[in-house]
Amino acid sequence: MRMMDKASTIKIRVVNLYKSFGESQVLRGVDLEVHQGESMVVIGGSGSGKTVLIKCIIGLVQPDEGEIYVDGLEISNLNEKGMNEVRKKFGMLFQWGALFDSMTVWENVGFGLRHQTRLKEGDIRRIASEKLALVGLRNVEDLMPSELSGGMRKRVSLARAIAIEPEILLYDEPTTGIDPIMADAINDLIIEMREKLDVTSIAITHDMKSAYKIGDRIAMLYQGRIIEVGTPEEIKSSSNLIVQQFIEGKSEGPIRIVDPALLTLTSRSQRRGERDEQGKGNY
Amino acid sequence: MILFAQTLGWLFRPPLEGREILRQMQEVGVHSFPVVVITAGFTGMVLALQSFTGFKRFGAETMVGTVVALSMTRELGPVLTGLMVSGRVGSAMAAELGTMRVTEQIDALYTLATNPIKYLIVPRFLAATIMLPILVIFADIIGILGGYLVGVQILGTNPTLYFRRTWNFLELDDLYIGLLKALFFGMIIATIGCYQGFSAQGGAEGVGRATTRAVVISSLTILISNYFITAILF
Repeated sequence: MRMMDKASTIKIRVVNLYKSFGESQVLRGVDLEVHQGESMVVIGGSGSGKTVLIKCIIGLVQPDEGEIYVDGLEISNLNEKGMNEVRKKFGMLFQWGALFDSMTVWENVGFGLRHQTRLKEGDIRRIASEKLALVGLRNVEDLMPSELSGGMRKRVSLARAIAIEPEILLYDEPTTGIDPIMADAINDLIIEMREKLDVTSIAITHDMKSAYKIGDRIAMLYQGRIIEVGTPEEIKSSSNLIVQQFIEGKSEGPIRIVDPALLTLTSRSQRRGERDEQGKGNY
Repeated sequence: MILFAQTLGWLFRPPLEGREILRQMQEVGVHSFPVVVITAGFTGMVLALQSFTGFKRFGAETMVGTVVALSMTRELGPVLTGLMVSGRVGSAMAAELGTMRVTEQIDALYTLATNPIKYLIVPRFLAATIMLPILVIFADIIGILGGYLVGVQILGTNPTLYFRRTWNFLELDDLYIGLLKALFFGMIIATIGCYQGFSAQGGAEGVGRATTRAVVISSLTILISNYFITAILF
């Protein structure tokens, strides 16, 4: 775990962010600061608004209220052109990879380079191969995404995210949907990326093992607000009952299961069974 | 409608995605060709058969060629081609973009600082708008040939007379009206197909719904707007 320099500059600052979809208020005043070079992990249950939060930060979702600063620039009201300039600082790893399935692996990785630079085709392919090697993939350049396993898709998606050498990496559930060994390999890769590329990163996850491993600091999102921020040790020893319940993955506690559909459709015991199977706190 | 306006906006902002446009033109034009040929050919043939029965009653069998040519160029060529292409291509556009939407590929485009309207929709819009009139030209020719085949080979009309009746009564205006319709139909198919795909949500089921809606709405829009275009140019 790397020590945080208290005086380091703030790379991303989120101030009092609100976002609703129809009736449901997803974000209700989120405040978050991420320092230059830091690895921030946002934890929270399914439907707690983690994905909405990072989609706001990269400009995929327009917040209703509040400000987002990237390198001191307020981005939530930028026009398309301004936002594109900001997005060039970002790379994002999507939950299921979001690879373009009409293109080969190397075309996927080189997509940003082809559209943002004037590099020649040969150079793009060479760089794509380098980035693929960096995430531990070789001789996959000409495969189609449909021929890859879940773990490989995530790696290719990561290679695509780092191809344009971003300053900030966003990880949406990096370890979801892959086996535990592959998940750990992805964790190692995320740490390696931070060390090799010196990027600032925000990862959202509900996999606590991953959160402890990759996070310099962890923030917990609950009911649309950040209720606690701290180093993994601080989070582990938090006195907040909600945080404790979540990180230990217990179904009993202050967090109530609020999804009415779940309450009516499945019996309580069935739900508990499913949760045990997933092995994580999912509320 | 907003999407249509945005698409037009991006249309005039270079650079255009040349590779994508060619790929889509191949998809819309070349791959739809067999379907359009079969549709137009058999329609021309059945038109000849049916009108022959009617005209025979007052001894005007040779007018069959005129009827086939006029119906094909003014009406059936563009409408049938539009309907077939909306079933083949409009649905494919909705399904492809819808899948890209629900698997976050469209979000991924944004994060790679690429505008999906420019990258995905403009090429499809251009391809459909350009290729539909070209397909209609082929449909017209094949339809008229189909009519000729039945009229001359099967029903035994004098070939020279049939050809003359086809050619002499056909005006350039008939062709233009048909091609103008085709141009509109191309825009309708691409805009509705892309819009439905783009706004798909809710996984595989949502993509299915978007695909169905793309075909139904664009087919109906084609049939309804066909009447109004005809009425305006009457």
